Amino acid sequence: MVDRISEIWGTRTPYGKDGLWPVRVDQMLGGGVTEDDVDRWVQSACVLCSNGCACDIAVKDGAMVGIRGRAGDLVNHGRLGPKGLFASWQGVSHKDRLTRPLIRQNGRLVECDWDAAMARIVSRSSQLLQEQGPLSHGFYTSGQLFLEEYYALAVIGKAGIGTPHMDGNTRLCTATAATALKETFGADGQPGTYADIDSCDAIFLYGHNMAETQTVLWSRVLDRLAGPERPKLVCVDPRDTEVAREADVLLAVRPGTNLALMHALVHEVLSNGWENADYIRAHTLGFDDLRAAAEPWTPEAAAETCGIRAADIREAARIFGTSGRVLSTVLQGFYQSSQATAASCQVNNLHLLRGMLGRPGCGVLQMNGQPTAQNNRECGADGDLPGFRNWENPEHVNELAALWDVEPMVIPHWAPPTHAMQIFRYAEQGSITFLWISATNPAVSMPELRRIREILAQDELFLVVQDLYLTETAQAADVVLPAAGWGEKTGTFTNANRTVHLSDKAVNPPGAARSDLDIFLDYARRMNFTTLGGRPLLAWSGPEDGFEAWKKCSRGRPCDYTGITYERLRGGSGIPWPCNEENPDGRERLYEDGVFPTDPGYCESYGHELLTGATVGPQAFRAQAPAGRALLKTAAYHPPHEEPDADYPLRFTTGRTAYHFHTRTKTGRAQPLSAAAPKAWVELAVEDADGLGISEGDMVRVSSRRGHIDVPARVSSIRPGTVFAPFHYGYWDAGGSPGLHPTAANELTLTEWDPVSKQPMFKNAAVRVVKIGEATGPAPAPTTTASRPAAARGAALVPATAGGEAAHASESLNAAAPPRFPHAIRNSREEGRP
Amino acid sequence: MNLNIYLGMLRQAEQTLAGSFRQVADGHGAEPDVHFLCYTLAEQCERHGKLLVPVVQRYGEDQSDNEPERLHAQGLSETRSGPVGLLRDLQDLYLLASLVDITWTMVKQAASALHDEKLLSVVDQCDSETGIQLRWLQTRMKQAAPQALVAAR
Repeated sequence: MVDRISEIWGTRTPYGKDGLWPVRVDQMLGGGVTEDDVDRWVQSACVLCSNGCACDIAVKDGAMVGIRGRAGDLVNHGRLGPKGLFASWQGVSHKDRLTRPLIRQNGRLVECDWDAAMARIVSRSSQLLQEQGPLSHGFYTSGQLFLEEYYALAVIGKAGIGTPHMDGNTRLCTATAATALKETFGADGQPGTYADIDSCDAIFLYGHNMAETQTVLWSRVLDRLAGPERPKLVCVDPRDTEVAREADVLLAVRPGTNLALMHALVHEVLSNGWENADYIRAHTLGFDDLRAAAEPWTPEAAAETCGIRAADIREAARIFGTSGRVLSTVLQGFYQSSQATAASCQVNNLHLLRGMLGRPGCGVLQMNGQPTAQNNRECGADGDLPGFRNWENPEHVNELAALWDVEPMVIPHWAPPTHAMQIFRYAEQGSITFLWISATNPAVSMPELRRIREILAQDELFLVVQDLYLTETAQAADVVLPAAGWGEKTGTFTNANRTVHLSDKAVNPPGAARSDLDIFLDYARRMNFTTLGGRPLLAWSGPEDGFEAWKKCSRGRPCDYTGITYERLRGGSGIPWPCNEENPDGRERLYEDGVFPTDPGYCESYGHELLTGATVGPQAFRAQAPAGRALLKTAAYHPPHEEPDADYPLRFTTGRTAYHFHTRTKTGRAQPLSAAAPKAWVELAVEDADGLGISEGDMVRVSSRRGHIDVPARVSSIRPGTVFAPFHYGYWDAGGSPGLHPTAANELTLTEWDPVSKQPMFKNAAVRVVKIGEATGPAPAPTTTASRPAAARGAALVPATAGGEAAHASESLNAAAPPRFPHAIRNSREEGRP
Repeated sequence: MNLNIYLGMLRQAEQTLAGSFRQVADGHGAEPDVHFLCYTLAEQCERHGKLLVPVVQRYGEDQSDNEPERLHAQGLSETRSGPVGLLRDLQDLYLLASLVDITWTMVKQAASALHDEKLLSVVDQCDSETGIQLRWLQTRMKQAAPQALVAAR
């Protein structure tokens, strides 16, 4: 047994370059339950980060009682992280679950039956469609539903109602990943695979605290680092993360300056002649512009802007330029910061310059934050057109119209889809009056919370919230719909390296709760959405119908699912798309041949100018004659718009801790996780704390131009001048509202977004910090993560984070031979093929 | 040689556009993308004006008003409010930026005829940025128009 709170990444199983990552099967069973007690194991995958670890759910007497990693899956080789072990089934089996619909009557939410709740929704929806038309409707969904649910929602929004106002909280987590891939390669689709960790000579993590955001993926990296032929590690992060501690080169940049650093890396690769001129000539466009943009950015210039040492930039560039195989991963430190798309595209550019794509160990992983974010992007519940189709291409719109048997004009394609921040702006201005929020909690997760709370509370806004719990957002709703959670419904989802998993229903949802799919189908039925032929628009009887419908939509597109069936997903490993006749077992890496989906008739986007977000448009895109070449795109560096000044002298940034997911709706209800990180805190550098007279555990007020939080201080090894707060701590377990001492990091963040990806900028705001109370003990921050106390300062005062008996999980090392692509994929094509 | 007339017009038009970008930025703080980007673009226009300084030193700048303005492009006096107001303000910027754009094009014609490579390189830098300003304005207006013209109150 291993305490998986103190040992976040579990026991090491070292392996060498080009070796196979050994299997380690992690298992957690509820109190008093033994393997012999388990009635059955039901196949699924974890939904508490984007990694997509395959697992089996233990069921006893109709209840979920445990979880075990699947040894034969290509993603996790049997492992699970602390959130999967302690908040998967525990996070949905809680007494607080919503079990009946609620409607607002005389200002209060009261229980009702489904007919009453749906009638209220359908009546308002129909009335508004008649009086004001489709632009009155907005849908804001999640990165945690299943593929079939997103596709149903996309069809309802685009073909039933015809509104461009659809997005997901994927806008906050993964929009820049999708955008950077579209800008560079012409379409979404992860070029690399997790297996690139096995074969690389160097790993670059750009703003990616993998150790806390994807703990199982980090286990794979740690196992390579512990084995023979250790890869070099380069980390870009202002915090003293586990990744930073393992790094050969740490680039602790000033928040907001990523693009300057990236220009310098490009500059160094080019000035040392480390580029692959043949590859650039044959497979890219835009080299001269890229070189010109990088030209002024010597290591010294970037060092000055980023607040790091020029020698470190040179060394990082040398590792990139001279290692045989480099894997790059990118996450929120880039996606949620200034010039997000331009900085993330530079990661793609570096790989193109060296021709390092599509070979083992030479991958780019533009990561996702959430488990099913990829499906939101594919299915178009985020506003894009389903199947990575291009809204500016009339042929693509016609394909969808034919598939759905509706008029092409119904499908919104006259302007870009409305991104989340703009949807809320329209609601604020009163032109969106019907907003349906599913499986997300904007009252805690969006920037500038005071404003978001005011918008959600507007009288004129009819707000539907569909969730497992009465979240901060649900409290403001007119109708609350109780949804079935993970393990209580069937569906598929796809992780950050394109691997599709099936999650089978293990138990019944509590009370009258229904799957999100059933709710959407019920709405479509009651609204009487029909095709031109007069048939119901969504005549699916369940998730498998939805999956088969989606396969038709995906046919011939980059995300081709046509070779996958539910049956093939049962028993073996998850399958990476595209899976079709050409790739019968799926495809591990994209772009082996250096041919990219930039053909104007095929591409998902004609792209944007990266400084402003101006669309390139069909004519200018065609005129470039991309012909399958990738586009080297970039922009000039601009400093962040809110810089520290005399009033607000420090830079504020936000992020995750390993023990929580999002606004803690699940993890906060799992005892070992909640105990490990029970309450909010803020991290200050030793130098800053000293200057402000602040010691470990003191109560401080952090203020920005938009609000304040009052939380205990952790004195950590964060970059001086930078202040960090975790974004998990809203108010559902603290009286429901911010009160006098708010704790949510987004009270401070500003309303601003990347001009191309429209991803909000959570990682740069100017703040001041003052002490408001003496410590009564250490800050409630974990000591096992980036929030660990600074070594010299009161470390001894802070007890080490541990889980004790409740956090003991079993590990079976080398329980099976490691799975390999494609052998691990269940070969039931003969019977399973369409 | 009458290039000095166009150089004067160009400097004036860039200055007017810069001021109008700032005006819109200040007036539409509740639209953060418009707000921040308009400041950035105002700085771009001012940089264009600076790049013209050595050109003007060589060719002069006609301020004698011997080709007086018939169409007055004086910039935005104040911004409007509301969704349609935003659209109208962006449209005004579009008109001012179009004037800058076509004036750069005429200066480029003259520079080509003069074989003035220095001036051509200034035109190259600036006119492509003006083109992007126009494309951004069009992108943003196309996004705003359906909601402003159909759904807004």
